Amino acid sequence: MIAPPLAHEVLRISTAGSVDDGKSTLIGRLLYDSKAIPDDQYEAIQRVSDGAEINLALLTDGLRAEREQQITIDVAYRYFSTDKRRFIIADTPGHAQYTRNMVTGASTADLAIILVDARNGILNQSKRHAVIAGLLRVPRVVVAVNKMDLVDFDEGVFRRIEEEFRAFASPLGVAHLDFIPISALRGDNVVDRSGSMPWYDGPSVLEFLESVPVEGLSSDGAFRLPVQCVIRPNQDFRGFAGRVASGSLRVGEEIEVARTGLRSRVTSVLSADGSSSVGLAGDSVVVTLADEIDVSRGDLLFRPAERVEVTTAFEATVCWMGEQPLQVGKSYVLAHGTSEAPAVVRRVVYRLDVETLDREVSAGLALNEIGRVEISASRPLFFDLYGQNRSTGSLILIDPATNVPVAAGMVTRTHLSSSSVSASSGAVVLLSGFEPEVLEQVEDLVSASGHRTVLLSPASFEAQGLDFGLALRVGRLFASSGTVVLVADPFGVLGDSEGGLRVSAGEVGDALGVFRLVQGALSA
Amino acid sequence: MIDVVERPQLDAGLHALESEAIYVIREVFGQFERPIILFSGGKDSIVLAHLAARAFAPARLPFRLLHIDTGHNFEETLTYRDRFAEEIRADVVVRKVQDLIDAGRLAEEPGPHPSRNGLQTVTLLEALGELRADAALGGARRDEEKARAKERFFSHRDRHGQWDPKAQRPELWNLFNGRKHSGEHFRVFPLSNWTELDIWRYIAAREIPMPSLYFSHRRPVIRRQGVLYADTPFTYPLPGETVEELDVRFRTIGDATCTGAVESRARTIEEVIVELGLTRVTERNTRGDDKRSEAAMEDRKRQGYF
Repeated sequence: MIAPPLAHEVLRISTAGSVDDGKSTLIGRLLYDSKAIPDDQYEAIQRVSDGAEINLALLTDGLRAEREQQITIDVAYRYFSTDKRRFIIADTPGHAQYTRNMVTGASTADLAIILVDARNGILNQSKRHAVIAGLLRVPRVVVAVNKMDLVDFDEGVFRRIEEEFRAFASPLGVAHLDFIPISALRGDNVVDRSGSMPWYDGPSVLEFLESVPVEGLSSDGAFRLPVQCVIRPNQDFRGFAGRVASGSLRVGEEIEVARTGLRSRVTSVLSADGSSSVGLAGDSVVVTLADEIDVSRGDLLFRPAERVEVTTAFEATVCWMGEQPLQVGKSYVLAHGTSEAPAVVRRVVYRLDVETLDREVSAGLALNEIGRVEISASRPLFFDLYGQNRSTGSLILIDPATNVPVAAGMVTRTHLSSSSVSASSGAVVLLSGFEPEVLEQVEDLVSASGHRTVLLSPASFEAQGLDFGLALRVGRLFASSGTVVLVADPFGVLGDSEGGLRVSAGEVGDALGVFRLVQGALSA
Repeated sequence: MIDVVERPQLDAGLHALESEAIYVIREVFGQFERPIILFSGGKDSIVLAHLAARAFAPARLPFRLLHIDTGHNFEETLTYRDRFAEEIRADVVVRKVQDLIDAGRLAEEPGPHPSRNGLQTVTLLEALGELRADAALGGARRDEEKARAKERFFSHRDRHGQWDPKAQRPELWNLFNGRKHSGEHFRVFPLSNWTELDIWRYIAAREIPMPSLYFSHRRPVIRRQGVLYADTPFTYPLPGETVEELDVRFRTIGDATCTGAVESRARTIEEVIVELGLTRVTERNTRGDDKRSEAAMEDRKRQGYF
């Protein structure tokens, strides 16, 4: 008998806010009002809080240095639960120099809460948080507009912030964005709905957290199992242990090993209680196979129909976390799934200004900077694009001299030298009359949405001795194997007879508009 | 007619925590050469060892259990330890604080009821060095205490066994980085995301036998600074203190000199869970060792404590 899939009851939240915008107070409120703070902890912070107002930040800022400087230094994890759900909060500091902590918290989050001080509006810090949540593909972002009591609970203030924030966040790829007006200190709209803001008819923060769908791990996606170790108690049993990164696996199905291309049939999927049934996303399992094929730590098991990208060279968005800046050409250790390989950064494609979203030319990346880079690994790695799979699309770079992780990376594009074909749908899109910058933005948006993407411009194909017609034919070839081929037609010379989706600058003004059309065509 | 065996089903939350812990334990096996499990006989280390045994089934647990014996044990702990190890087919290594004191390498704290907490850290670090352990798995949870709320799953220790909370390595997604220089080691905490209630609910669901100390029993105790200490050869009444007979149980089990009891009538796992659902005090409140200062746990952890 197959056990019914278990629902996800845990919501992982990352919080971020600037200094003094009341983030810790909000968390403290959630914990205290949902009765998750034990009395002795509450008394302990009462003991050390100076002044009449209780400093709830003392609940989460536990380190000596944090209390001395009255700032949050490190990610702190807090737990609370209600009748409906349990919650894990990664409370991340808002200081600019600690961006890496924010990325850390966001990497496993199902939802990000961003605090905005109603009096100050959207500061650069808040923008930084929104960009990081978007890059890290946190499925949901909720903006808590705090200190509404200090702006007389004025709806106009709240709506202006909402409007401005939506405008900034629209190109970031945040799937769901919500806004809640609160006063963390007074408790308005934190647990209970506030009577002070009759113009707001939405949920309180806690009601929102309790009811919002969890979109973390998906058992619907392609099956991926990074192998952690081989279990071999005796000659008769050889099992491959790992945690299902996505999708699901059942007895009798055929799987392939990414490194070798060898295939076999699954004879059992053992869960932690030893029963043989089905492995769902997130489950730690042991898989046995019908054939004695070579499988070891670092290998990836998948279904032959759901191809994985096997590549040595690829593009990734990285957040630099090292004290020493990124050095092009230096050897780092790349860790991904359960495998490691020496790798070099070949080139910095651009550095991203996370407050303006401008792309800047840069030779390297310094601590807390984010950029797009090209990476070459010394042997093939097995990836999905991060937009498709947060688990198999993520990586870290480790400095081999210090053993400290210096970068968090999200694979945005695998190169055409890849030996494999993506299962996603491809298309040829003719883009007439757009400026080169717009074309690049379209390319990045499509690529970031999880499609393997290539941009053919006259400059690129003429250098290869191709004309428009030939370039189009090559493009269709790639499209048939799952690539989205963007063909730049700056002067609008191609006729409708060429086929494919055609978008011209006269009809759609900006990259986002083009991207939406492409998305529509692909899902049609 | 098919005979259906009813298995206790874990709820979704416990199932996710179990899978996460097993993933972390297998990463330790995959990345280190000589990992050991720190085993105190307390509920967290029992659950940890139980999960480790599950992680490698049907093969045998590839790690040994290390018990640092302060000499101030409850007798039940030692009996339980040996029986439990036998059940999960694990080898136990015991290293005693007393041996280092006898050898003149450690000195007892002055005054009545000396705590062997500090001495325990020295014994632990020596044992890790002697066993050349490159990873020590512990049952610590982030919900226990503020300093532990900042701890990583894979927590780096320098060659002196010290923790530097301000220079912790970033830990992203499920990519755990165990790279280190020789002489350094890692503390690994697979139960990081568990709460005290999760531990008990898991014990109930997986039907793990527990030491009797965790359940209500009548015992002579001494009330001292709000903590109930058992009347033992190491914790005896001081002048002016009296011994009371009370129905108590222990929420944490460690060295008897710093482990307090709570008044309780919970005699079964289910009753303990009901009691925890009502309680408004953390378990560390029964630990005398945490009450020494506001940052007592952080300071001990920096030096290499569990």
